[in-house]
Amino acid sequence: MMNFSYTRATSVGEAIQAVVQDPQARFIAGGTNLVDLMKYNVERPGRLVDITRLPLDRIEETPGGGLKIGALVPNSDLAYDERIERDYPLLSSAILAGASAQLRNAATTGGNLLQRTRCYYFYDVGTPCNKREPGSGCPARTGVNRIHAILGASDACIATHPSDMCVALAALGATVHVEGPDGERTIPFSDFHRLPGSEPEKDNTLSRGEIVTAVELPKPRFGKNHTYLKLRDRLSYAFALVSVAAAIELDGDVIGEARLALGGVAHKPWRDEAAEASLKGKLPSSSAFEEAGDIVLRNAKGHGHNDFKIELARRAIARALGQAAAGTPQVQANKSIN
Amino acid sequence: MADTISASGALDAVSVTLTVNGETRSIDIPPTVTLLDLLRERFHLTGAKKGCDQGQCGACTVMVDGRRVNSCLQLAVMKDGAEITTIEGLGTPDSLHPLQAAFVKHDAFQCGYCTPGQICSAAGMIAEGHATTAAEIRELMSGNLCRCGAYTNIVEAIEEVMGAERAPKLEAAE
Repeated sequence: MMNFSYTRATSVGEAIQAVVQDPQARFIAGGTNLVDLMKYNVERPGRLVDITRLPLDRIEETPGGGLKIGALVPNSDLAYDERIERDYPLLSSAILAGASAQLRNAATTGGNLLQRTRCYYFYDVGTPCNKREPGSGCPARTGVNRIHAILGASDACIATHPSDMCVALAALGATVHVEGPDGERTIPFSDFHRLPGSEPEKDNTLSRGEIVTAVELPKPRFGKNHTYLKLRDRLSYAFALVSVAAAIELDGDVIGEARLALGGVAHKPWRDEAAEASLKGKLPSSSAFEEAGDIVLRNAKGHGHNDFKIELARRAIARALGQAAAGTPQVQANKSIN
Repeated sequence: MADTISASGALDAVSVTLTVNGETRSIDIPPTVTLLDLLRERFHLTGAKKGCDQGQCGACTVMVDGRRVNSCLQLAVMKDGAEITTIEGLGTPDSLHPLQAAFVKHDAFQCGYCTPGQICSAAGMIAEGHATTAAEIRELMSGNLCRCGAYTNIVEAIEEVMGAERAPKLEAAE
Protein backbone atom coordinates (compact mmCIF):
# COMPACT_ATOMS: atom_id res chain seq x y z
CA MET A 1 0.00 0.00 0.00
CA MET A 2 1.33 3.44 -0.91
CA ASN A 3 1.68 5.86 1.98
CA PHE A 4 -0.93 8.56 2.32
CA SER A 5 -1.95 11.44 4.53
CA TYR A 6 -5.09 11.22 6.57
CA THR A 7 -7.75 13.86 7.15
CA ARG A 8 -10.83 13.34 9.26
CA ALA A 9 -13.67 15.56 8.04
CA THR A 10 -16.21 16.95 10.47
CA SER A 11 -18.65 18.39 7.92
CA VAL A 12 -19.66 17.67 4.34
CA GLY A 13 -18.31 21.06 3.25
CA GLU A 14 -14.95 20.34 4.83
CA ALA A 15 -14.74 16.96 3.18
CA ILE A 16 -15.47 18.50 -0.23
CA GLN A 17 -12.87 21.23 0.29
CA ALA A 18 -10.24 18.70 1.37
CA VAL A 19 -10.71 16.72 -1.84
CA VAL A 20 -10.95 19.79 -4.08
CA GLN A 21 -7.72 21.20 -2.63
CA ASP A 22 -5.69 18.02 -3.07
CA PRO A 23 -5.80 16.35 -6.50
CA GLN A 24 -4.44 13.15 -4.92
CA ALA A 25 -7.18 12.97 -2.28
CA ARG A 26 -10.00 10.45 -2.12
CA PHE A 27 -13.00 10.09 0.19
CA ILE A 28 -13.09 6.97 2.32
CA ALA A 29 -16.01 5.51 4.29
CA GLY A 30 -16.42 1.74 4.79
CA GLY A 31 -13.18 1.12 2.91
CA THR A 32 -14.20 -2.40 1.91
CA ASN A 33 -13.30 -1.75 -1.73
CA LEU A 34 -10.87 1.18 -1.56
CA VAL A 35 -8.53 -0.40 1.02
CA ASP A 36 -8.58 -3.62 -0.98
CA LEU A 37 -7.64 -1.72 -4.16
CA MET A 38 -4.93 0.21 -2.31
CA LYS A 39 -3.34 -3.09 -1.26
CA TYR A 40 -3.19 -4.07 -4.94
CA ASN A 41 -1.77 -0.60 -5.82
CA VAL A 42 -4.71 -0.13 -8.19
CA GLU A 43 -5.74 2.91 -6.14
CA ARG A 44 -2.89 5.08 -4.89
CA PRO A 45 -4.42 8.11 -3.17
CA GLY A 46 -1.98 10.57 -1.63
CA ARG A 47 -4.58 11.55 0.95
CA LEU A 48 -7.63 9.89 2.41
CA VAL A 49 -10.46 12.08 3.63
CA ASP A 50 -12.36 10.08 6.23
CA ILE A 51 -16.07 10.89 5.99
CA THR A 52 -17.31 8.31 8.49
CA ARG A 53 -17.93 10.91 11.20
CA LEU A 54 -20.30 12.98 9.05
CA PRO A 55 -23.99 13.04 10.01
CA LEU A 56 -25.18 11.00 7.01
CA ASP A 57 -26.23 7.85 8.84
CA ARG A 58 -30.00 8.24 9.08
CA ILE A 59 -32.94 6.83 7.15
CA GLU A 60 -35.64 9.48 7.00
CA GLU A 61 -39.15 9.53 5.63
CA THR A 62 -39.74 12.00 2.78
CA PRO A 63 -42.82 14.21 2.31
CA GLY A 64 -43.62 12.20 -0.84
CA GLY A 65 -44.00 8.97 1.13
CA GLY A 66 -40.57 7.59 0.26
CA LEU A 67 -37.35 7.19 2.21
CA LYS A 68 -34.10 9.12 2.13
CA ILE A 69 -31.18 6.88 3.02
CA GLY A 70 -28.06 8.62 4.31
CA ALA A 71 -24.90 7.74 2.42
CA LEU A 72 -23.23 6.31 5.52
CA VAL A 73 -26.00 3.88 6.47
CA PRO A 74 -24.28 0.48 6.49
CA ASN A 75 -25.55 -2.07 3.98
CA SER A 76 -26.63 -4.42 6.78
CA ASP A 77 -28.58 -1.74 8.66
CA LEU A 78 -30.34 -0.82 5.44
CA ALA A 79 -31.21 -4.42 4.53
CA TYR A 80 -32.66 -5.11 7.97
CA ASP A 81 -34.35 -1.74 8.53
CA GLU A 82 -37.99 -2.61 9.21
CA ARG A 83 -39.29 0.02 6.75
CA ILE A 84 -37.04 -1.36 4.02
CA GLU A 85 -37.99 -4.97 4.80
CA ARG A 86 -41.69 -4.06 4.77
CA ASP A 87 -41.93 -1.56 1.91
CA TYR A 88 -38.86 -2.22 -0.26
CA PRO A 89 -38.21 -5.97 0.14
CA LEU A 90 -36.59 -6.06 -3.31
CA LEU A 91 -33.86 -3.73 -2.03
CA SER A 92 -33.41 -5.71 1.19
CA SER A 93 -33.11 -8.96 -0.75
CA ALA A 94 -30.60 -7.56 -3.25
CA ILE A 95 -28.37 -6.25 -0.46
CA LEU A 96 -28.45 -9.61 1.32
CA ALA A 97 -27.52 -11.35 -1.94
CA GLY A 98 -24.25 -9.43 -2.02
CA ALA A 99 -20.92 -9.82 -0.21
CA SER A 100 -20.77 -11.32 3.30
CA ALA A 101 -22.26 -10.27 6.62
CA GLN A 102 -18.93 -8.79 7.72
CA LEU A 103 -18.60 -6.72 4.55
CA ARG A 104 -22.23 -5.56 4.72
CA ASN A 105 -21.60 -4.40 8.31
CA ALA A 106 -18.74 -2.18 7.14
CA ALA A 107 -19.84 -1.14 3.65
CA THR A 108 -21.97 1.99 3.26
CA THR A 109 -24.85 2.98 1.00
CA GLY A 110 -22.81 5.59 -0.86
CA GLY A 111 -19.80 3.31 -1.09
CA ASN A 112 -21.89 0.55 -2.61
CA LEU A 113 -22.70 2.87 -5.51
CA LEU A 114 -19.03 3.77 -5.89
CA GLN A 115 -17.47 0.32 -5.79
CA ARG A 116 -15.27 -0.45 -8.76
CA THR A 117 -15.29 -3.33 -11.20
CA ARG A 118 -13.93 -6.75 -10.30
CA CYS A 119 -12.38 -7.22 -13.76
CA TYR A 120 -9.24 -9.33 -13.27
CA TYR A 121 -7.19 -7.03 -15.48
CA PHE A 122 -8.31 -3.90 -13.65
CA TYR A 123 -7.03 -5.50 -10.44
CA ASP A 124 -3.70 -6.65 -11.92
CA VAL A 125 -1.31 -3.70 -12.25
CA GLY A 126 1.00 -5.92 -14.30
CA THR A 127 -1.45 -5.84 -17.22
CA PRO A 128 -2.83 -2.99 -19.34
CA CYS A 129 -6.30 -1.66 -18.49
CA ASN A 130 -8.04 1.33 -20.00
CA LYS A 131 -10.04 1.89 -16.83
CA ARG A 132 -6.98 1.90 -14.57
CA GLU A 133 -4.57 3.49 -17.06
CA PRO A 134 -6.45 5.20 -19.93
CA GLY A 135 -5.07 4.34 -23.35
CA SER A 136 -3.11 1.28 -22.23
CA GLY A 137 -5.51 -1.24 -23.80
CA CYS A 138 -8.08 -3.86 -22.78
CA PRO A 139 -6.72 -7.41 -22.46
CA ALA A 140 -10.15 -8.66 -21.33
CA ARG A 141 -11.63 -8.36 -24.84
CA THR A 142 -9.50 -11.23 -26.09
CA GLY A 143 -8.46 -12.69 -22.74
CA VAL A 144 -10.25 -14.34 -19.85
CA ASN A 145 -13.66 -12.68 -19.89
CA ARG A 146 -16.06 -15.09 -18.20
CA ILE A 147 -17.32 -12.39 -15.81
CA HIS A 148 -17.47 -9.57 -18.33
CA ALA A 149 -20.16 -7.47 -20.01
CA ILE A 150 -22.57 -8.61 -22.71
CA LEU A 151 -24.44 -5.30 -22.94
CA GLY A 152 -23.28 -1.74 -23.50
CA ALA A 153 -19.57 -2.52 -23.66
CA SER A 154 -17.12 -0.61 -25.86
CA ASP A 155 -13.87 -1.32 -27.65
CA ALA A 156 -12.14 0.30 -24.70
CA CYS A 157 -13.73 -1.66 -21.85
CA ILE A 158 -15.95 -4.69 -21.20
CA ALA A 159 -15.96 -4.47 -17.39
CA THR A 160 -19.11 -4.88 -15.30
CA HIS A 161 -20.39 -3.02 -12.25
CA PRO A 162 -20.37 -5.50 -9.36
CA SER A 163 -23.16 -4.21 -7.12
CA ASP A 164 -26.35 -6.10 -6.28
CA MET A 165 -27.90 -3.26 -4.29
CA CYS A 166 -27.61 -0.92 -7.26
CA VAL A 167 -29.59 -3.28 -9.48
CA ALA A 168 -32.54 -3.03 -7.11
CA LEU A 169 -32.11 0.76 -6.82
CA ALA A 170 -32.20 1.02 -10.62
CA ALA A 171 -35.38 -1.06 -10.80
CA LEU A 172 -37.03 0.97 -8.04
CA GLY A 173 -36.18 4.28 -9.72
CA ALA A 174 -34.12 5.75 -6.89
CA THR A 175 -32.55 9.21 -6.90
CA VAL A 176 -29.00 9.99 -5.80
CA HIS A 177 -28.40 13.16 -3.77
CA VAL A 178 -24.93 14.63 -4.14
CA GLU A 179 -23.14 17.71 -2.87
CA GLY A 180 -20.06 19.28 -4.39
CA PRO A 181 -18.08 22.50 -4.75
CA ASP A 182 -20.96 23.95 -6.82
CA GLY A 183 -23.69 22.99 -4.38
CA GLU A 184 -26.26 20.22 -4.19
CA ARG A 185 -27.96 18.33 -7.00
CA THR A 186 -29.90 15.12 -7.59
CA ILE A 187 -29.20 12.46 -10.20
CA PRO A 188 -31.76 9.88 -11.40
CA PHE A 189 -30.31 6.46 -10.62
CA SER A 190 -30.14 5.44 -14.27
CA ASP A 191 -27.93 8.45 -14.97
CA PHE A 192 -25.58 7.95 -12.02
CA HIS A 193 -23.48 5.15 -13.48
CA ARG A 194 -22.33 5.35 -17.09
CA LEU A 195 -21.33 3.13 -19.97
CA PRO A 196 -17.61 2.90 -20.70
CA GLY A 197 -17.54 4.43 -24.19
CA SER A 198 -14.12 5.93 -24.82
CA GLU A 199 -13.68 6.98 -21.17
CA PRO A 200 -13.89 3.79 -19.12
CA GLU A 201 -11.89 5.44 -16.33
CA LYS A 202 -15.14 7.21 -15.42
CA ASP A 203 -17.47 4.83 -13.60
CA ASN A 204 -20.13 7.44 -12.92
CA THR A 205 -21.24 11.00 -13.59
CA LEU A 206 -19.91 12.59 -10.40
CA SER A 207 -17.61 15.59 -10.75
CA ARG A 208 -14.37 16.01 -8.82
CA GLY A 209 -15.14 16.79 -5.18
CA GLU A 210 -18.77 15.68 -5.33
CA ILE A 211 -19.89 13.42 -2.50
CA VAL A 212 -22.94 11.18 -2.38
CA THR A 213 -25.00 12.33 0.60
CA ALA A 214 -28.13 10.19 0.26
CA VAL A 215 -30.14 7.81 -1.89
CA GLU A 216 -33.86 8.55 -2.09
CA LEU A 217 -36.50 5.91 -2.72
CA PRO A 218 -39.87 6.83 -4.23
CA LYS A 219 -43.13 5.84 -2.55
CA PRO A 220 -43.29 2.05 -2.13
CA ARG A 221 -45.01 -0.07 -4.80
CA PHE A 222 -45.17 -3.62 -6.12
CA GLY A 223 -46.18 -5.38 -2.85
CA LYS A 224 -45.10 -9.02 -2.95
CA ASN A 225 -44.60 -9.01 -6.72
CA HIS A 226 -40.86 -8.70 -6.86
CA THR A 227 -37.70 -10.79 -6.78
CA TYR A 228 -33.95 -10.53 -6.84
CA LEU A 229 -32.53 -13.57 -8.58
CA LYS A 230 -28.74 -13.86 -8.52
CA LEU A 231 -26.77 -16.52 -10.39
CA ARG A 232 -23.08 -17.04 -9.65
CA ASP A 233 -20.27 -19.58 -9.63
CA ARG A 234 -20.90 -20.61 -6.01
CA LEU A 235 -24.03 -20.46 -3.89
CA SER A 236 -23.07 -17.52 -1.73
CA TYR A 237 -20.47 -14.80 -1.34
CA ALA A 238 -19.61 -14.38 -5.02
CA PHE A 239 -20.28 -11.68 -7.57
CA ALA A 240 -23.14 -12.17 -10.00
CA LEU A 241 -22.60 -13.73 -13.39
CA VAL A 242 -26.14 -12.56 -14.05
CA SER A 243 -28.65 -11.10 -11.63
CA VAL A 244 -32.18 -9.86 -12.22
CA ALA A 245 -34.29 -7.44 -10.20
CA ALA A 246 -37.91 -7.72 -11.26
CA ALA A 247 -41.04 -6.04 -9.95
CA ILE A 248 -44.58 -6.12 -11.25
CA GLU A 249 -47.72 -4.14 -10.44
CA LEU A 250 -50.80 -6.08 -11.46
CA ASP A 251 -53.85 -4.27 -12.78
CA GLY A 252 -56.54 -6.89 -12.39
CA ASP A 253 -55.29 -9.86 -14.34
CA VAL A 254 -52.83 -7.96 -16.50
CA ILE A 255 -49.50 -6.30 -15.84
CA GLY A 256 -50.01 -2.61 -15.08
CA GLU A 257 -46.34 -1.82 -14.73
CA ALA A 258 -43.14 -3.84 -14.73
CA ARG A 259 -39.59 -3.06 -13.68
CA LEU A 260 -36.63 -5.00 -14.93
CA ALA A 261 -32.93 -4.44 -14.24
CA LEU A 262 -29.90 -6.71 -14.58
CA GLY A 263 -26.60 -6.97 -12.77
CA GLY A 264 -23.34 -8.58 -13.84
CA VAL A 265 -23.94 -7.86 -17.52
CA ALA A 266 -22.85 -4.26 -18.09
CA HIS A 267 -20.73 -1.32 -16.91
CA LYS A 268 -23.80 -0.11 -15.01
CA PRO A 269 -26.96 -1.64 -13.54
CA TRP A 270 -28.86 -2.43 -16.74
CA ARG A 271 -32.46 -1.27 -16.60
CA ASP A 272 -34.40 -1.71 -19.83
CA GLU A 273 -37.51 0.46 -20.10
CA ALA A 274 -38.44 -0.91 -23.54
CA ALA A 275 -38.63 -4.40 -22.09
CA GLU A 276 -40.68 -3.04 -19.19
CA ALA A 277 -43.08 -1.34 -21.61
CA SER A 278 -43.49 -4.57 -23.58
CA LEU A 279 -45.02 -6.22 -20.51
CA LYS A 280 -47.60 -3.52 -19.87
CA GLY A 281 -51.18 -4.65 -20.44
CA LYS A 282 -50.19 -8.30 -20.95
CA LEU A 283 -51.24 -11.31 -18.94
CA PRO A 284 -48.30 -12.67 -16.97
CA SER A 285 -47.11 -15.59 -19.11
CA SER A 286 -43.94 -17.35 -20.16
CA SER A 287 -44.25 -15.97 -23.67
CA ALA A 288 -44.54 -12.38 -22.42
CA PHE A 289 -41.57 -12.89 -20.10
CA GLU A 290 -39.46 -14.45 -22.83
CA GLU A 291 -40.30 -11.60 -25.18
CA ALA A 292 -39.13 -9.12 -22.52
CA GLY A 293 -35.88 -11.08 -22.26
CA ASP A 294 -35.43 -10.96 -26.02
CA ILE A 295 -35.82 -7.19 -25.91
CA VAL A 296 -33.26 -6.80 -23.10
CA LEU A 297 -30.77 -8.96 -25.00
CA ARG A 298 -31.46 -7.64 -28.49
CA ASN A 299 -27.98 -6.11 -28.76
CA ALA A 300 -26.15 -8.52 -26.46
CA LYS A 301 -22.66 -9.51 -27.52
CA GLY A 302 -20.38 -12.12 -25.97
CA HIS A 303 -16.59 -12.04 -26.02
CA GLY A 304 -15.84 -15.75 -25.89
CA HIS A 305 -15.80 -17.05 -22.34
CA ASN A 306 -18.89 -15.05 -21.43
CA ASP A 307 -21.03 -16.06 -24.41
CA PHE A 308 -23.05 -18.28 -22.06
CA LYS A 309 -24.27 -15.21 -20.19
CA ILE A 310 -26.62 -14.25 -23.02
CA GLU A 311 -28.69 -17.41 -22.73
CA LEU A 312 -28.29 -17.43 -18.94
CA ALA A 313 -29.64 -13.87 -18.78
CA ARG A 314 -32.53 -14.73 -21.11
CA ARG A 315 -33.60 -17.59 -18.85
CA ALA A 316 -32.97 -15.66 -15.63
CA ILE A 317 -35.20 -12.82 -16.82
CA ALA A 318 -38.07 -15.21 -17.60
CA ARG A 319 -37.62 -16.99 -14.28
CA ALA A 320 -37.42 -13.75 -12.27
CA LEU A 321 -40.49 -12.27 -13.92
CA GLY A 322 -42.30 -15.51 -13.14
CA GLN A 323 -41.27 -15.29 -9.49
CA ALA A 324 -42.38 -11.65 -9.33
CA ALA A 325 -45.73 -12.33 -10.98
CA ALA A 326 -46.41 -15.24 -8.63
CA GLY A 327 -45.44 -13.19 -5.57
CA THR A 328 -42.82 -15.78 -4.63
CA PRO A 329 -39.57 -13.83 -4.41
CA GLN A 330 -36.25 -15.67 -4.21
CA VAL A 331 -35.16 -16.09 -0.60
CA GLN A 332 -31.40 -15.53 -0.45
CA ALA A 333 -30.76 -18.29 2.13
CA ASN A 334 -32.69 -20.76 -0.04
CA LYS A 335 -30.34 -22.08 -2.70
CA SER A 336 -32.96 -23.77 -4.84
CA ILE A 337 -34.69 -21.58 -7.40
CA ASN A 338 -38.47 -21.89 -7.62
CA MET B 1 -11.89 22.60 11.06
CA ALA B 2 -10.89 19.34 9.55
CA ASP B 3 -8.68 17.37 11.83
CA THR B 4 -5.65 17.11 9.58
CA ILE B 5 -3.66 14.47 11.29
CA SER B 6 -0.83 14.16 8.80
CA ALA B 7 -0.48 17.26 6.69
CA SER B 8 2.62 16.49 4.68
CA GLY B 9 4.85 13.57 5.55
CA ALA B 10 2.81 10.53 4.66
CA LEU B 11 4.74 8.37 7.09
CA ASP B 12 3.88 10.62 10.02
CA ALA B 13 2.55 8.55 12.85
CA VAL B 14 -0.93 9.27 14.06
CA SER B 15 -2.19 8.64 17.56
CA VAL B 16 -4.96 6.08 17.93
CA THR B 17 -6.78 5.07 21.08
CA LEU B 18 -8.82 1.88 21.12
CA THR B 19 -10.45 -0.26 23.73
CA VAL B 20 -9.29 -3.79 22.97
CA ASN B 21 -10.94 -6.59 24.92
CA GLY B 22 -11.87 -4.12 27.63
CA GLU B 23 -8.45 -2.52 27.94
CA THR B 24 -7.83 1.03 26.68
CA ARG B 25 -4.71 1.23 24.55
CA SER B 26 -3.08 4.17 22.76
CA ILE B 27 -0.42 3.91 20.10
CA ASP B 28 1.22 6.01 17.37
CA ILE B 29 1.00 4.31 13.97
CA PRO B 30 1.24 5.26 10.28
CA PRO B 31 -2.22 5.67 8.67
CA THR B 32 -1.52 2.71 6.41
CA VAL B 33 -1.73 0.23 9.30
CA THR B 34 -4.83 -1.95 9.16
CA LEU B 35 -6.70 -2.94 12.28
CA LEU B 36 -5.56 -6.52 11.70
CA ASP B 37 -1.89 -5.55 11.57
CA LEU B 38 -2.30 -3.33 14.63
CA LEU B 39 -3.81 -6.19 16.61
CA ARG B 40 -1.30 -8.78 15.48
CA GLU B 41 1.96 -6.90 15.05
CA ARG B 42 1.71 -4.13 17.65
CA PHE B 43 -0.62 -5.54 20.31
CA HIS B 44 0.53 -9.16 19.76
CA LEU B 45 -3.03 -10.44 19.70
CA THR B 46 -2.45 -13.10 17.08
CA GLY B 47 -5.81 -14.84 17.34
CA ALA B 48 -7.23 -12.96 14.36
CA LYS B 49 -5.50 -14.44 11.32
CA LYS B 50 -4.23 -12.94 8.10
CA GLY B 51 -5.62 -15.30 5.49
CA CYS B 52 -6.21 -13.48 2.21
CA ASP B 53 -5.74 -9.88 3.48
CA GLN B 54 -8.40 -8.88 0.90
CA GLY B 55 -11.69 -9.39 2.75
CA GLN B 56 -12.41 -12.66 0.99
CA CYS B 57 -11.77 -15.33 3.66
CA GLY B 58 -13.03 -14.02 7.01
CA ALA B 59 -10.07 -15.34 9.05
CA CYS B 60 -9.44 -11.81 10.37
CA THR B 61 -13.00 -11.30 11.65
CA VAL B 62 -13.23 -9.28 14.88
CA MET B 63 -15.97 -7.21 16.49
CA VAL B 64 -15.79 -3.43 16.16
CA ASP B 65 -18.31 -1.69 18.42
CA GLY B 66 -20.14 -4.99 18.63
CA ARG B 67 -20.32 -5.66 14.89
CA ARG B 68 -18.33 -8.34 13.08
CA VAL B 69 -16.07 -6.96 10.35
CA ASN B 70 -13.01 -7.98 8.34
CA SER B 71 -10.18 -6.32 10.28
CA CYS B 72 -7.87 -6.56 7.24
CA LEU B 73 -10.02 -3.96 5.42
CA GLN B 74 -10.25 -1.51 8.31
CA LEU B 75 -7.65 1.23 8.64
CA ALA B 76 -6.85 1.42 12.35
CA VAL B 77 -6.67 5.23 12.30
CA MET B 78 -10.33 5.36 11.24
CA LYS B 79 -11.35 3.28 14.26
CA ASP B 80 -10.01 5.78 16.82
CA GLY B 81 -12.25 5.51 19.89
CA ALA B 82 -13.78 2.16 18.93
CA GLU B 83 -14.25 -0.90 21.10
CA ILE B 84 -12.63 -4.00 19.63
CA THR B 85 -13.27 -7.57 20.69
CA THR B 86 -11.00 -10.32 19.39
CA ILE B 87 -11.09 -14.06 20.02
CA GLU B 88 -8.79 -13.42 23.00
CA GLY B 89 -11.57 -11.31 24.53
CA LEU B 90 -14.33 -13.86 24.03
CA GLY B 91 -12.96 -16.65 26.20
CA THR B 92 -9.82 -18.07 27.81
CA PRO B 93 -8.45 -21.61 27.94
CA ASP B 94 -9.81 -21.89 31.49
CA SER B 95 -13.13 -20.28 30.70
CA LEU B 96 -14.19 -21.02 27.15
CA HIS B 97 -16.88 -19.01 25.41
CA PRO B 98 -19.85 -21.31 24.67
CA LEU B 99 -18.97 -21.16 20.96
CA GLN B 100 -15.39 -22.21 21.68
CA ALA B 101 -16.62 -25.13 23.78
CA ALA B 102 -19.11 -26.13 21.09
CA PHE B 103 -16.44 -25.98 18.36
CA VAL B 104 -14.28 -28.36 20.44
CA LYS B 105 -17.22 -30.66 21.16
CA HIS B 106 -18.33 -30.84 17.52
CA ASP B 107 -14.80 -31.05 16.07
CA ALA B 108 -15.64 -27.94 14.05
CA PHE B 109 -12.14 -27.50 12.65
CA GLN B 110 -9.20 -29.40 11.33
CA CYS B 111 -6.17 -27.11 11.00
CA GLY B 112 -7.78 -24.38 13.10
CA TYR B 113 -6.53 -21.42 11.09
CA CYS B 114 -10.01 -20.09 10.25
CA THR B 115 -11.42 -20.90 13.71
CA PRO B 116 -10.92 -17.56 15.52
CA GLY B 117 -12.63 -15.80 12.61
CA GLN B 118 -15.39 -18.40 12.50
CA ILE B 119 -16.09 -18.01 16.21
CA CYS B 120 -16.01 -14.19 16.19
CA SER B 121 -18.27 -14.25 13.14
CA ALA B 122 -20.67 -16.70 14.78
CA ALA B 123 -20.79 -14.55 17.91
CA GLY B 124 -21.60 -11.56 15.71
CA MET B 125 -24.23 -13.47 13.79
CA ILE B 126 -25.98 -14.63 16.97
CA ALA B 127 -26.00 -11.05 18.28
CA GLU B 128 -27.47 -9.82 14.98
CA GLY B 129 -30.34 -12.25 15.42
CA HIS B 130 -31.25 -12.90 11.77
CA ALA B 131 -30.43 -16.62 11.58
CA THR B 132 -32.88 -19.24 12.82
CA THR B 133 -32.34 -22.18 10.46
CA ALA B 134 -29.28 -24.14 9.35
CA ALA B 135 -29.70 -22.68 5.86
CA GLU B 136 -29.67 -19.16 7.30
CA ILE B 137 -26.61 -19.95 9.42
CA ARG B 138 -24.82 -21.18 6.30
CA GLU B 139 -25.77 -18.07 4.33
CA LEU B 140 -24.86 -15.62 7.09
CA MET B 141 -21.57 -17.43 7.82
CA SER B 142 -20.60 -17.51 4.15
CA GLY B 143 -17.99 -14.80 4.71
CA ASN B 144 -15.85 -17.32 6.62
CA LEU B 145 -14.11 -19.86 4.45
CA CYS B 146 -12.77 -23.14 5.87
CA ARG B 147 -10.22 -24.72 3.61
CA CYS B 148 -10.42 -27.98 5.55
CA GLY B 149 -14.14 -28.13 4.83
CA ALA B 150 -15.40 -28.42 8.41
CA TYR B 151 -18.61 -26.58 7.52
CA THR B 152 -21.01 -29.33 8.62
CA ASN B 153 -19.56 -29.40 12.12
CA ILE B 154 -19.25 -25.61 12.29
CA VAL B 155 -22.98 -25.30 11.58
CA GLU B 156 -23.76 -27.94 14.20
CA ALA B 157 -21.64 -26.17 16.82
CA ILE B 158 -23.37 -22.85 16.13
CA GLU B 159 -26.80 -24.47 16.14
CA GLU B 160 -26.12 -25.96 19.54
CA VAL B 161 -25.14 -22.60 21.02
CA MET B 162 -28.11 -20.88 19.42
CA GLY B 163 -30.40 -23.58 20.75
CA ALA B 164 -29.02 -23.11 24.24
CA GLU B 165 -29.44 -19.36 24.01
CA ARG B 166 -32.99 -19.66 22.75
CA ALA B 167 -34.13 -22.14 25.37
CA PRO B 168 -34.35 -19.76 28.36
CA LYS B 169 -36.26 -17.21 26.27
CA LEU B 170 -38.80 -19.85 25.24
CA GLU B 171 -39.28 -20.87 28.85
CA ALA B 172 -39.70 -17.27 29.87
CA ALA B 173 -42.36 -16.81 27.22
CA GLU B 174 -44.43 -19.74 28.47
